[in-house]
Formats: sequence, C-alpha cells, structure tokens
Amino acid sequence: MTNAVQIIDLHKSFGPLEVLRGIDAEVATGEVVCVIGPSGSGKSTLLRCINTLEQPTSGKVVVGGVELTDPDVNIDAARRRIGMVFQGFNLFANLTVLGNLTIAQRKVLRRKKEAAEKVARENLDKVGLADKIHAHPSQLSGGQMQRVAIARALSMDPELMLFDEPTSALDPELVGEVLGVMRRLADDGMTMIVVTHEMQFAREVADRVLFMDGGVVVEAGPPADVIGNPTQERTRTFLARVLDPVHRDPTD
Amino acid sequence: MAMSRRQRARVIRGAQYAILVLVVVVVALNTNWQRIRAAFFDLDVARGMFPEVITIALKNTVVYTALGFAFGLGLALVLALMRLSSVGPYRWLSRGYIEFFRGLPALLVFVAVGSGVPLAFPGTILNRYVALMLALGIVSAAYMAEVIRAGIQAVPRGQVEAARSLGMSPAKTMIWIVIPQAFRIVLPPLTNDLVLLTKDSSLALFLGSSINQQELTQFGRQALNQARSLTPVLVAGLCYLIITIPLSILSNRLERRYGRGVGAQG
Repeated sequence: MTNAVQIIDLHKSFGPLEVLRGIDAEVATGEVVCVIGPSGSGKSTLLRCINTLEQPTSGKVVVGGVELTDPDVNIDAARRRIGMVFQGFNLFANLTVLGNLTIAQRKVLRRKKEAAEKVARENLDKVGLADKIHAHPSQLSGGQMQRVAIARALSMDPELMLFDEPTSALDPELVGEVLGVMRRLADDGMTMIVVTHEMQFAREVADRVLFMDGGVVVEAGPPADVIGNPTQERTRTFLARVLDPVHRDPTD
Repeated sequence: MAMSRRQRARVIRGAQYAILVLVVVVVALNTNWQRIRAAFFDLDVARGMFPEVITIALKNTVVYTALGFAFGLGLALVLALMRLSSVGPYRWLSRGYIEFFRGLPALLVFVAVGSGVPLAFPGTILNRYVALMLALGIVSAAYMAEVIRAGIQAVPRGQVEAARSLGMSPAKTMIWIVIPQAFRIVLPPLTNDLVLLTKDSSLALFLGSSINQQELTQFGRQALNQARSLTPVLVAGLCYLIITIPLSILSNRLERRYGRGVGAQG
C-alpha cells in the first residue's frame, strides 16, 4: 500500500508553548483516520501542519510524495491536492454557493467557466444541495454551510481531505447530515484525516484512530481497539469522560 | 403651593414652549424682512444664476470630486496594502505618507500642486483637471488608506485560511476574497470620506480657472461680487446639499444593509 501522508517527528511550538512534541504517523491511500483527544491536545494543530496552514517548527510532512515542509516547495500547488474543511465553515462571504465552488477552480486550476460550473454542480449534487446553487452563504443553515464547504474542497479533485472538527460548531440536529456526507465520501475511497469528537463516527467509519494527548500520539490502531479496548490509562480516562459525560457514580 | 412631580414637569415643559414662541414672535416682528430677503434670498439674483449654476458649477464640482476620489481610492488601496506589507520600508513609507498628509491643511497641498509643481519642474504645466485630481487624491488617499487598512484587517482570518487551503496564492486571496469583503465593510466610512471630498473640491478656487471651469464655491463667489446679495452663496450651498445629503442617506442605508452580513458567519 502506498502512503498518502507521511509525518515524521513533527514538532510545533507557539512561542514557549510546545503543542506538538514529535508526531510520527502514516496514512495509506484510501484510509480514513480519525484523530481524537481532549481539547488542547494538539490534534487541530497537527491537522493544520499537514497542509502547513501552521508552519511546523521541525519535522517532515510528505503528502503524495511531495514534502510540504521543504522550504522550496510550491506550497500553493501542493495545497491544491489537499482539501480542508474547517470547524467554522469559512465559506467566502462575498460569493454565492456557486462562486464558492468555482473561484479556486477558475483562478487556481484555470478551468473554463462552464467546466468549473459543471464540477460545482456535480459536487453540490453529491452533498445534496443542488437546489442551493445560487444561494448566499448567509441564507444557509450550519449543516448546509458545512456541506457546501465539503463540496468546495471536493471541486478541486483533492487526493486527501482534512476535516478539522467539522461538526463541532453545529446544532446537534444538523450533525447527522454532515457526517452522512463524510461517510459516503469515505465509502467512495477518499483518503481522509478527521479530527472529531464524534466517537460513533470514528468507531464506524475510521480504519484507524489516533488518540492524542499532550502533543503526542498516545495510542493508535483500529477503532475496535483504541475506542473499544484501550490499553493506555489516558485513553481510558478520556473515553470515560466523552462516552459518559454525565459522570454517573458507579457506586450509586 | 405644593406640586406633584408630574405637575412640575408639565409646567416646565410648558414654559420651554412659551419661551420658544415668544422669541420667534419677537424676532419675526422686529425684523426687516424686506431687507433680509434682499440680502439673503433675492429671487431675481437666484434666477439669474440658472442654469449655469447647475450646468457648469454643479457639474464641475461633481467632476472634480469624482476625479479626486478615483485617484485617491486607487492610491489609498496601494497605501493600505503597503501598510500591511511584510517589507518594513513599505510599511514606514505608507505610515509616513499618511501621517504627513493627514496633518497638513488640504489648502496647503493645493497651493503646493498649483504653484509648487511648475516651480519644481520648470516647463511642466499641469492640466487643470490633472492638478485637481492630484491635489484632491493626495489628500483624500491619506484618510481612505487607514479606512481600507482597517477593512482588510476586519475580514475574518478563516476566509484567508480557506482560500489558501484551496491553493490560492496570497495575491489571489487578497484580490478575490479579502479586498471584495473589505470594501463591503468600509463602504459606509468611505461614503463619508466622499462627502468630505465633495466639500474639499471647493479648494479648486486656489488653482485659478476660467468661467467654464468654475465649481460651486467659485461660481457663488463670483456671483456674489456682482449681486451685492448673499443669495448666490445660499444657492451654491443648497447645491452642495443636493450632492451630500443623498450621499449621507446612502451611507446610512449601506451601513444598515452590510453592517451585519460580513463576518457574521464564523
């Protein structure tokens, strides 16, 4: 199996604060990896270091054979092949849904207007929002905005998709529609790295789960192991909190 | 006599109205309306100003303002981008320019452009329109640059990150994503600058002009000399209001419309 992503001894500090303390990880082509862990564990930073929205302090990130941490790399060319979905959607507020999906295709990939719109329509169809093509982002619900954001990333024909807590900003009843789209994407064979708090999604969709805490990967493996039968104490403590948030006292 | 709070309030309000009415009546009775009318609003003098006050003066004011605004806006955008540049000297230059021209009276800049340029570069005679465009643009750019810079910085960081993550270069991100949103944010304060500029166009007076090049203030002043009545000034003033009041209303409208839109979504 070829590796879509290779991360070697990745470190990232913000001033004196060391957020990532040496991460080594690999993601195979077509694999879905979920990254879980408490807030402040560095999982979002790890994701943002993969497309170098955050510049790593040291270490290597290789995506599709291209080293993104090489100072001479054409970073814009490399990012074209890496889709990213943000917690806060970040749809372009000055453009319609169609504009959001076509602007990078046209300005970066230099696709013709008709070709870009065709790709946009296909991807909107994929996320079930074909009827919103001329809507303005402010007219959409959070779930719809996130699905448009996914379609926008897909319109660049990425080899890898990064999801940074894509459902954390959503009302609970809107989470399902976004996870549904992501699940279909995974079924279609997309290589995905998903930072998430949705344990059920990780359990069912992920090929592998990374549990991070304190800037390191504490435990990694199939979801059945990491979530179902964790070996590390820290993982167990975290999962107990997440899976039983009301803290039932066992002695009750 | 004891009054309740409410009664006292009513008496005080009644007294305020009474004083107002009294003053109006006294002024109205003791004024020589004939003379006032002759001095401030002589219909014949006013009529005599038409149609030139519109076809020449108002038109020129609008043309000068538009020229100055166009040049100023372009220069302001460049200055704002320089101000945000990662290259130190660009930032200092822009900062220096802004502080310098914001601190000077606009009149001084007009004098400098009008008399200074021919002195400094012998043989160059600036076309009047070019001179006006330069002078008005140079001054207004200093104000608008800061407004535009603030607008650019007000565009949420996530917009830039989303654009960059799609492979857009910093320049493309700026042109297609940040600047369009920044302009929506700064449209109201920019309209305000346009109102100020409209009035500053009256400084064209100091660049000298033939009859056909006169704008409102010059036109009014010249008519004043002939009429021995303040009417021309009043008419010229009203003409300014024809331009500036709609602009102010537009500015308020835009503020209400765009005030929320941008930046509302995370």
